[in-house]
Amino acid sequence: MSDKKYLRNDKLPHIWCPGCGNGIVLSALERALEQANVDKDKTVIVSGIGCSSRMPTYMDFNTLHTTHGRALAFATGVKLANPELTVFVIMGDGDATAIGGNHLIHACRRNIGLNAIVVNNNIYGMTGGQYSPLTPTGMKATTAPYGMVERNFDLCELAHAAGATYVARGTVFHAKPLTDLILESMDNDGFSMVEVLSTCPIGFGRRNKIRGNYELMEWVKNRAVNVKAAAKMSEEDLRGKLLIGRLYSEPAEEYTKCYDKIIEIAGKEAKR
Amino acid sequence: MSDIRLMQGNEACALGAIHAGVRFYAGYPITPSTEIAEIMAEELPKYGGKFIQMEDEIAGMAAIIGASLTGKKTLTATSGPGFSLKQENIGYAAMAEVPCVVVNVQRGGPSTGLPTSPAQSEIMQSKYGSHGDRGAIVLTPSTVPECFRLAVRSVNLAEKYMTPVILLMDEIVGHMREAIDLEEERKAEVYDRKKPDCGPEDYVAYAPDENGAPVLAPFGAGYRYHVTGLTHDETGFSTMVPEKVERVNRRLVDKIENNKEDIVMWEETCTDDAESVIVAYGGAARAAREAVELLRAEGKKVGLFRPISVWPFPDKALTALAAKVRSVFVTEMNDGQLAGEVKKVIGGKVPVDGLFVMDGEIMTPQEIADGWKGANQ
Amino acid sequence: MKHNIRLTGTGGQGLILAGIILAEAALLEGKNAIQSQSYGPEARGGASKAEVIIADEAIHFPKVQESDYLLAMSEKAYEKYSAGMKDGSVLIIDTTFVEERPNAKAKTTYAIPITKLAIDATGRELTANICALGVMSALGLVGEEALKKAILNRIPKGTEELNMKAFEAGKNAAEA
Repeated sequence: MSDKKYLRNDKLPHIWCPGCGNGIVLSALERALEQANVDKDKTVIVSGIGCSSRMPTYMDFNTLHTTHGRALAFATGVKLANPELTVFVIMGDGDATAIGGNHLIHACRRNIGLNAIVVNNNIYGMTGGQYSPLTPTGMKATTAPYGMVERNFDLCELAHAAGATYVARGTVFHAKPLTDLILESMDNDGFSMVEVLSTCPIGFGRRNKIRGNYELMEWVKNRAVNVKAAAKMSEEDLRGKLLIGRLYSEPAEEYTKCYDKIIEIAGKEAKR
Repeated sequence: MSDIRLMQGNEACALGAIHAGVRFYAGYPITPSTEIAEIMAEELPKYGGKFIQMEDEIAGMAAIIGASLTGKKTLTATSGPGFSLKQENIGYAAMAEVPCVVVNVQRGGPSTGLPTSPAQSEIMQSKYGSHGDRGAIVLTPSTVPECFRLAVRSVNLAEKYMTPVILLMDEIVGHMREAIDLEEERKAEVYDRKKPDCGPEDYVAYAPDENGAPVLAPFGAGYRYHVTGLTHDETGFSTMVPEKVERVNRRLVDKIENNKEDIVMWEETCTDDAESVIVAYGGAARAAREAVELLRAEGKKVGLFRPISVWPFPDKALTALAAKVRSVFVTEMNDGQLAGEVKKVIGGKVPVDGLFVMDGEIMTPQEIADGWKGANQ
Repeated sequence: MKHNIRLTGTGGQGLILAGIILAEAALLEGKNAIQSQSYGPEARGGASKAEVIIADEAIHFPKVQESDYLLAMSEKAYEKYSAGMKDGSVLIIDTTFVEERPNAKAKTTYAIPITKLAIDATGRELTANICALGVMSALGLVGEEALKKAILNRIPKGTEELNMKAFEAGKNAAEA
């Protein structure tokens, strides 16, 4: 990678395996931030624990690598304490939907101005391939040696139902559209979530007989159907597919702005 | 001028925190600490501060750490079960050296235990509850005015030593009401967090100052750096190099241990001529104080040693006292948690006995006096 | 001089507030006071106990061990807390709820239908706690002026007149 304005170039190369989707997500995010021309000093990148949560290490911002599952709760503190800051929150599927699921639905509900990116590689990669709530039923993991027995979340439907005001899904195969979705999510003044279908060749692909990196990329691509194309497809054709693109955009008043009104009311009360 | 009010310990704690400059509170309701959250919800926005009730105890702890990194002074309050849940992120604050104050109004345990009754059973948890080694600052108030005073001091010490500080209250002092002179208490000095004295180019986030603490710039102020719970070097980035790992872990212990003189607090009553000393703290020290009066009335030369900082423990002061007395008697509302530390400090020089209660009620002065007499026949 | 006072009854009767007012009145007179309480998990209906210690000297131990004054506003509370009375102490029972009976530990017993008096005077059962404070004003624990001031400090605005009526009703009954 050549020197990038928004990266800590001295921290590269990264720790990710060949074929891992994290690098693609990082460059899509980097491009989006560059196109939006964000102020590095006024931007905070928060993450949890996991492979994708190492991303902030490589990004030249105020970066906060927190505890497993709690990134959104830390980020809520950052944003509420200083709403002038632009706050990105990077999480993996285990981080955001299992241990951190409670924080995710409440961040959505509050509509706090955070930009969440959930890198969904269908597996716990860093601990060596255990199943997550987003491991497709029937597929294998070290803790699902006979196949995943549980059902999955549809993460985007979950976020929407919980109150997120911008919800989109992209993939690491569709890198340019992913940049556009991230860029678009930044325009939403409220809680935005972009789910990124990603790849873990070691923890997920290999164990599920999707051997090459290219084949795994194909598998990701084939799971995804653009939301516009899906409108013309039959239910039968859409079975097992995940919609990509902007899925929901329903602006509502952002949480820290609502709280500012509380400060105004309380301030008047204090003077009385 | 004085402004004497009848006030609960929890209320005094909240007002002390606000006096100290706390402008961000995140927490979760739990008996018997909830009044602190309620007062913060009402008062903080009047000062332009922020209050948020999070979805759980863990999130409350996480949010105050995030907020603190923007330069705000932050506090949360909880009790036993919530304190257990917060431990991982308390360790994070210790490792990432993010100042914040955690108030634990202790109730009976284990588990859900006795939500409305007092205990003092988080002496060890307040220091060792989170995994890993670190120095800990834990303060225990005995009176309502002291709840105010120690809330201020907790915030000051957190900001000075860049560490989470535990204000270890108990249901007795949290819920009882007594007089406090707010005018007087509001004269307490307030310490503000250091700002970097160099430009962003020369800034090294985790380079220790003269106290061994880093100077963390508020997020958004132009100093971009990395904060992680991974073991890290002075730049803030993770490391596995043994010398660097040892250096940061050693510093997390030493920045408290080496500044013990500045941090430790204790109080002695009737110890000048004492031949035996009772050790008690927090709400239980109030019973011990009266037990000393009962025993003195019978001609027994007994004094009271009250650790105010249970961690770091005032070991020098107790060692000096132990050299003058024939016996030590510890009383606390647990199975002898601090008594272990007392024995360690005394090192067998004089006998250490105790009265340890776990019935959800404060021991009476008579029970302590009887216990002392049994041990000092 | 140290007075140990227990105000007991049922959750929702406002006894904790009465305890706070009593303690605050003592502070207003320059005395020392401590108020504490114990309660179960119920917000309403459970046993409720407020304790107040008033003294000229410093008060360390915050709990009442044996009461010099016991106010019982429910039968259950009487049964539970009369055992903790000091010999030769003062007993106040609300005969609206508590049956009058001989008590060997009581030097003086005030058997007064406190809640009924409050309802008669104000139409509101809620004012029974203030009526009880009226009764207590006759015991010389704290001055009437300080008590009235403390009541006004702690009750909702707009209820001053109502509460003063309840207070007077209690006071008059105790002095009668």
